Amino acid sequence: MANEQSNSANPNVDLKYRRKKNAEEMKHQVISFTLMIFFTLIAFAAVGIEGFSHWFIKPVILLLAAVQVVFQLYYFMHMKHKGHGTIALFLFSGLAVGLITVLVFTTIVWL
Amino acid sequence: MSTYANKKGFGATIWDYLTTVDHKKIAILYLISGGLFFVIGGLEAMFIRIQLAIPNNDFVSAGFYNEILTMHGTTMIFLAAMPLVFAVMNAVVPLQIGARDVAFPFLNSLGFWLFFFGGIFLNLSWFLGGAPDAGWTSYASLSLHSEGHGIDFYVLGLQISGLGTLIAGINFLVTIINMRTPGMTYMRMPLFTWSTFVVSALILFAFPPLTVGLVLMMFDRMFGSNFFDVAAGGNTIIWEHLFWIFGHPEVYILILPAFGIFSEIFATFSRKRLFGYSSMVFATVLIGFLGFMVWAHHMFTTGLGPIANAIFAVATMAIAVPTGIKIFNWIFTMWGGSVKFTVPMLYAVAFIPTFTMGGVTGIMLASAPADYQYHDSYFVVAHFHYVIVGGVVLGLLAGINFYWPKMFGTMLNEKLGQITFWTFLIGFHLTFFIQHFLGLMGMPRRVFTFLDNQGLNTGNMISTVGAFLMAFGVLVMVINIIITSVKNEKVGNDPWGDGRTLEWAIPSPPPFYNFKQLPLVRGLDPYWVEKMEGKTEMTPAEPLGDIHMPNSSILPLTIAFGLFVAAFGALYNMDDKTWTLPIIIVGLLITFGSMLIRSVKDDHGYHIHKEDLMDDKDKGGKA
Amino acid sequence: MQSDERFTDATWPASPEKATLEGKNKYLGFWLFLGGETVLFASLFATYLALKDKVPNGDAALAKDLFELPLTFVATMLLLTSSLTSVYAMYHMKNNHFKQMQAWLVITVALGFAFLGLEIYEFNHYVHEYHHTFTSSAFGSAFYTLVGFHGGHVAFGLMWIISLMVRNARRGLNLYNAPKFYVASLYWHFIDVVWVFIFTVVYLMGMVG
Ligand code: HEM
Ligand SMILES: [Cu+2]
Repeated sequence: MANEQSNSANPNVDLKYRRKKNAEEMKHQVISFTLMIFFTLIAFAAVGIEGFSHWFIKPVILLLAAVQVVFQLYYFMHMKHKGHGTIALFLFSGLAVGLITVLVFTTIVWL
Repeated sequence: MSTYANKKGFGATIWDYLTTVDHKKIAILYLISGGLFFVIGGLEAMFIRIQLAIPNNDFVSAGFYNEILTMHGTTMIFLAAMPLVFAVMNAVVPLQIGARDVAFPFLNSLGFWLFFFGGIFLNLSWFLGGAPDAGWTSYASLSLHSEGHGIDFYVLGLQISGLGTLIAGINFLVTIINMRTPGMTYMRMPLFTWSTFVVSALILFAFPPLTVGLVLMMFDRMFGSNFFDVAAGGNTIIWEHLFWIFGHPEVYILILPAFGIFSEIFATFSRKRLFGYSSMVFATVLIGFLGFMVWAHHMFTTGLGPIANAIFAVATMAIAVPTGIKIFNWIFTMWGGSVKFTVPMLYAVAFIPTFTMGGVTGIMLASAPADYQYHDSYFVVAHFHYVIVGGVVLGLLAGINFYWPKMFGTMLNEKLGQITFWTFLIGFHLTFFIQHFLGLMGMPRRVFTFLDNQGLNTGNMISTVGAFLMAFGVLVMVINIIITSVKNEKVGNDPWGDGRTLEWAIPSPPPFYNFKQLPLVRGLDPYWVEKMEGKTEMTPAEPLGDIHMPNSSILPLTIAFGLFVAAFGALYNMDDKTWTLPIIIVGLLITFGSMLIRSVKDDHGYHIHKEDLMDDKDKGGKA
Repeated sequence: MQSDERFTDATWPASPEKATLEGKNKYLGFWLFLGGETVLFASLFATYLALKDKVPNGDAALAKDLFELPLTFVATMLLLTSSLTSVYAMYHMKNNHFKQMQAWLVITVALGFAFLGLEIYEFNHYVHEYHHTFTSSAFGSAFYTLVGFHGGHVAFGLMWIISLMVRNARRGLNLYNAPKFYVASLYWHFIDVVWVFIFTVVYLMGMVG
């Protein structure tokens, strides 16, 4: 059926190339992991260290969370690769519906 | 494990349907059970109308009336309209995109059985201490104080069947994205397929909020949590929001497929390409999109505040624009076409003014200040029946008439079809038109009786007479179906003679593998394109080869059945009965055991071999 | 072509999870499911935010009384790390290294169990130290439902990955099970995504007040 086998004339060359590409990608993954840990540390520090106004802390840690999630999605879950257009459309539609829900529940439920 | 055998015994046929993963058979299962629930919901409607025929009637008691009313609404929406829509989708969409099957045949069948057992569970409440009685919206402020187990049946039954719906939605999305035949680009998809696509996306995003709402309700009623309990800090408005975040998209989930069906019918029987195809697609997507931003129009009177009311009012009115685009496109499709008034076309033509009236009252309701007057009156009842019956039900009746030959290989009787059409349509307007005025005169919704000498007597009597006329129409349709099935006169590929899309290029009913060779699509309305070039069948896109088919399985049924069993345990658990825990465990064991078998046992399906596919004509070798 | 056929390193396709039509469908279908799950969790978050600190009387514990940085931090590190280890597992899957893949999955599962254990300890702590229970207040109901739903997802993910590992332990990778492993790892990442919002919105913002 719909097999997209790689059809290089010499499978060993192809294999080497693929191995190298995979290894390179793994390196990117580790870098993004490091960044994610870094963001997490900042977020926890912002809360842990006395003295910041919560008007400052809340937006900052939300932003850090958003960035971190983008890393998860685009690197760990490979959304940066080609052919993820449909997936992105649906994921972000879901996110939009979810955000409206959150917005409404934090504004007009007789708080 | 193939299904080659032609003549089978009765038991074997039943077993075949219980285990089937064929979308065409699943369509028939949806049709039968959806039809059954439609009749049940219709009977409940008749009881309501008999009770309201004369003032101060005591045909049913107040409490029983609440149960009938609630079950009528819930049954009609979740157990009649939804599965009937799914019946048409299953029967038609894979054929329209030139696919041999859906993307997940196993899950397709699981979706059906979850719906089925959820529906049965809900309706068993009649015999087990009383049905739910807090309206189909089941607002927390009412339902938390409802005695007995009615609401619990509602919560668990809808949870199970909602799961099935979600699965069906994902299945259709993947099918349409991944399984289109060569040449079938997005902008060549028939409009019914487009509306299925948009509707499935709506299901994907609308059902999770319902799931959450039902879970919270279940926790509150059964496990003592306090989501909606104001004394403990809870908030009943949360339920209303969650319900309507689901509920409004739900009405589009019902109406968009009807729009799709009508689009096919208008083009077919005007013998003309659908006017403004791309604007139709655009309007469908836009309606789906806007459908998520208007839910609070059901809550104008809860006190959201003027700003929120204004935003939701404007957003609601905006939906009239794409809907208007559609109405005009249908009219322009007929314009200058050579129109044939078959039964499906009669429904389609009648739909336009009827639905437009529902749309006009919708705009009236959307203006928040005015809604303070209309809210919870019969005006609302009139409005939503104009869109739901005048839109969805007419669409389904049209679709069933239109696709009956494709599903069963035989045509419904035209004369009887016309009788059904006229009695149903006239009965419908008799029943519901007058209700606008009853509502404006102050008759409240969901109240079991009304007083004499308030000017409401004549209107209600007319309404009841109309309801009987509709019931008569449905009865004639049932007779029609029986007669047609008994006669069983076989028809060919394209029984209407004017088929435009791929489903009409293959036999009626299609073979279980649908397409011997996948067809090559060369334009919008691909079969029509070929016809215009003097051909009688599609050009194949591939040489004849082995066809891969999925195996049948009983596991979808057992997975759903396990949940059904467990739901009984959960329901009575709150009464501190000791036997409930084992029931829950047994049920979950059945479900998770079946799921485990499914994931551990490999299922690669089987192949139909090329030689078996060749009949004499093909032996010469084609393509 | 049979999808359970054996592969050598050279014949193993570059994207084994999407090499068959079944795999492609599974892959897309699962992503769509995650789109639905996004709405599900958003609804739970919304409910939590609406009911945060909504308690029947003045004695009940509020968010800022309950949560503590160290515990949340450890839990976060465990889950984030398990996300990386499952990336390693998929890296080896793409290279057709079955043994290494299984090894990384074992680590992932171990981290997952540690997280779950910590969560159970945490809930226990709240119940006994603060009388903050599922039924004590609307706040309690919303908190345990949101965080518990996430915990339930973790537990389900663990069962799923374990059964995949056990089922395929002896036969290795093929195009029939590669999509299954891949999709399970997507699920695991999604759990992590949700946790990022939980630790930010529930715990950190809860502590800020
Ligand atoms: C076939 C003829 C039908 C008749 C005669 C009928 C009649 C009625 C009546 C009298 C009510 C009660 C109004 C009230 O007192 O508030 C009602 C409510 C309702 N009907 Fe129908 N109906 C019909 C078909 C349908 C269909 C096909 C649907 C949906 C697909 C539907 C959906 C509803 C809903 C959602 C409610 C509201 C229930 C509630 O208030 O909880 N009806 N109907
Ligand atoms: Cu609405």
